[in-house]
Amino acid sequence: MATLIQHLINGISLGSIYALIALGYTLVYGILRLINFAHGDLFMLAAYAALGVCALLGLGDISLAGLAQSSWGAFALVMALSMAAAALAGWLVERLAYRPLRGQPRLNLLITAVGVSLLLENGAQALFGANPRRVPTLIVDAPAFSLAGAQVSTLDITVLGTTLTLLLALEFWVQRTRMGRAMRAVSHSHETAALLGIPVNRVIALTFAVGSALAAAAAVLYGAKYPKVEPLMGVMPGIKAFVAAVLGGIGNLRGAVAGAMILGLAETLVAAYGASSWRDALAFGLLILILLFKPAGLFGSYQREKV
Amino acid sequence: MRGPATSKLSALTLLACFSLAAWGLDAVLPPYLGALFLLIGINALLAVSLNLVNGVTGQFSLGHAGFMALGAYTAAWLSTGPLASLFLTEMSSQLGLACTVLAAALVAGSAGWLVGLPSLRLRGDYLAIVTLGFGEIIRVGLLNDNALGGARGFIGIPPAGGAAWVFGLLALACLACHRVMESSLGRALLSVREDETAAEALGVDTTRCKVRAFAASAAGAGVAGALFAHQESFIHPGSFDFMKSVEIVVMVVLGGMGSMSGAVLAAVLLTVLPEALRPLKEITGVDLRMVLYSLSLVLLMLFRPGGLLGRGELWTQPWARRLFLTLKEGKTKKT
Repeated sequence: MATLIQHLINGISLGSIYALIALGYTLVYGILRLINFAHGDLFMLAAYAALGVCALLGLGDISLAGLAQSSWGAFALVMALSMAAAALAGWLVERLAYRPLRGQPRLNLLITAVGVSLLLENGAQALFGANPRRVPTLIVDAPAFSLAGAQVSTLDITVLGTTLTLLLALEFWVQRTRMGRAMRAVSHSHETAALLGIPVNRVIALTFAVGSALAAAAAVLYGAKYPKVEPLMGVMPGIKAFVAAVLGGIGNLRGAVAGAMILGLAETLVAAYGASSWRDALAFGLLILILLFKPAGLFGSYQREKV
Repeated sequence: MRGPATSKLSALTLLACFSLAAWGLDAVLPPYLGALFLLIGINALLAVSLNLVNGVTGQFSLGHAGFMALGAYTAAWLSTGPLASLFLTEMSSQLGLACTVLAAALVAGSAGWLVGLPSLRLRGDYLAIVTLGFGEIIRVGLLNDNALGGARGFIGIPPAGGAAWVFGLLALACLACHRVMESSLGRALLSVREDETAAEALGVDTTRCKVRAFAASAAGAGVAGALFAHQESFIHPGSFDFMKSVEIVVMVVLGGMGSMSGAVLAAVLLTVLPEALRPLKEITGVDLRMVLYSLSLVLLMLFRPGGLLGRGELWTQPWARRLFLTLKEGKTKKT
């Protein structure tokens, strides 16, 4: 029983990270109908940005003895700065690669997205080298309390807390602010939104920036969990988060979070009870099953395309 | 106008001449260039088959190397296992190769049908993700399968084939594509690319068309894989990774999506270029090939989305027509 609860805790923790990435996919898909292949690589860039911020601030490993408020402050600072850097990168990608193609066939946009993704991966490999780098420990992963015999660590609490905060902030932004309303309008129809005086291009750029910032938050949390940064680190989490977004119904924000939680739990349980080598194949198997039986996802509604 | 019978006959003659010429050329080339020559043919076959999906039908597959791997491993397993006795003599190995190529096409084609059926029912981008995942699953599966050599690779595949086979099959694939494009299925595929909703409204069974094109394209990749396996006589999962899929996609995009001759042209370019650029890699010390590939994808889409030849063929380009016309005029003046 205790081990099951432990696996559930780990699954939720993994699912929260997927959720943050999946939201970026779903936001961009909702507004451009584009699978942003480069999203996983923005996640990778954000991890490098976090490394850079750590180096810049002179943050090494914080020892157990020095574990006090300071490390939380440093963690928050690193997260904020790398989110800003990733937002800038996301904005740049949209501005340079996607915006010039607005109005062209979607296939061209998709090919560009694949190209950008590969360019970021290989560019990072050429710039930073293919060797993985270690992330300095900012939060010491110590057991915080036990729940029915299972240990809940400080790291799990951090991951879940950060994710919840960001999700609530996003929900507020999308539902309650002017810009969020503009975004929902643009995702409905670019033309109508433009006629109503909404700066469509600015809204799309902002959506990319927000999605990338969420991916950066995920990258910092991921770095705290698996302290290794390498140029191809974004590929697998990116694909899995995409599957999560499709599972929940792509374009649907709450669906993406639910899908990510389901995927995170399923992966952890599959790895724990049986076939750990099939862990990575699970996401693709799930994807094919969804496409076969419920292409609109669990919470999405399938809209027939009309002329 | 030529009748279909003469056109078929001339096409067959052309095919025979082509493979004979390739065979002759291969015989006189030094070994290194000969191997490069065969690689060009195999890559061109991959590009032409992918063009059927990514170019003609307007879908986006990112797992062509996975189908190639299926074909290669099928051929490798058959030629060392059940059909090993056929590869003992030169003569019967031709029959053996025909069998393995056919089997590779069947296996890869059925896999394409299975993968395509769920993902092609939907519009657009899902195919890209599913094929990407499929390619990875195949690669990881092969890595973990010890019966097929696993990470060590599959050794001891009997060498067979050569230029006549590679270029004969390439010519056959081109001919088949050309004939399909002239048929109602080809027109249906083009209509799916142009506007799926309109195609559906006109009564085109879009899913069926797409799945057919996808299965045929996968079968072509399987054939290329089988030829590759018999050519190299050693294969391992790393030869069929995501980079290989991307390489083929770049060939199709560079050649002009939907242009068969463009795909061949780009395959020639992208096979020769890395070899020619080998000294550059030695100087800089990093493999900039993938950076160049990805950058060229983005830049192509931004500045020349039509690729080298656009949607037309080599012989429909304005300059080719002009050349043809001047040649014709020159001829008539002489007589």
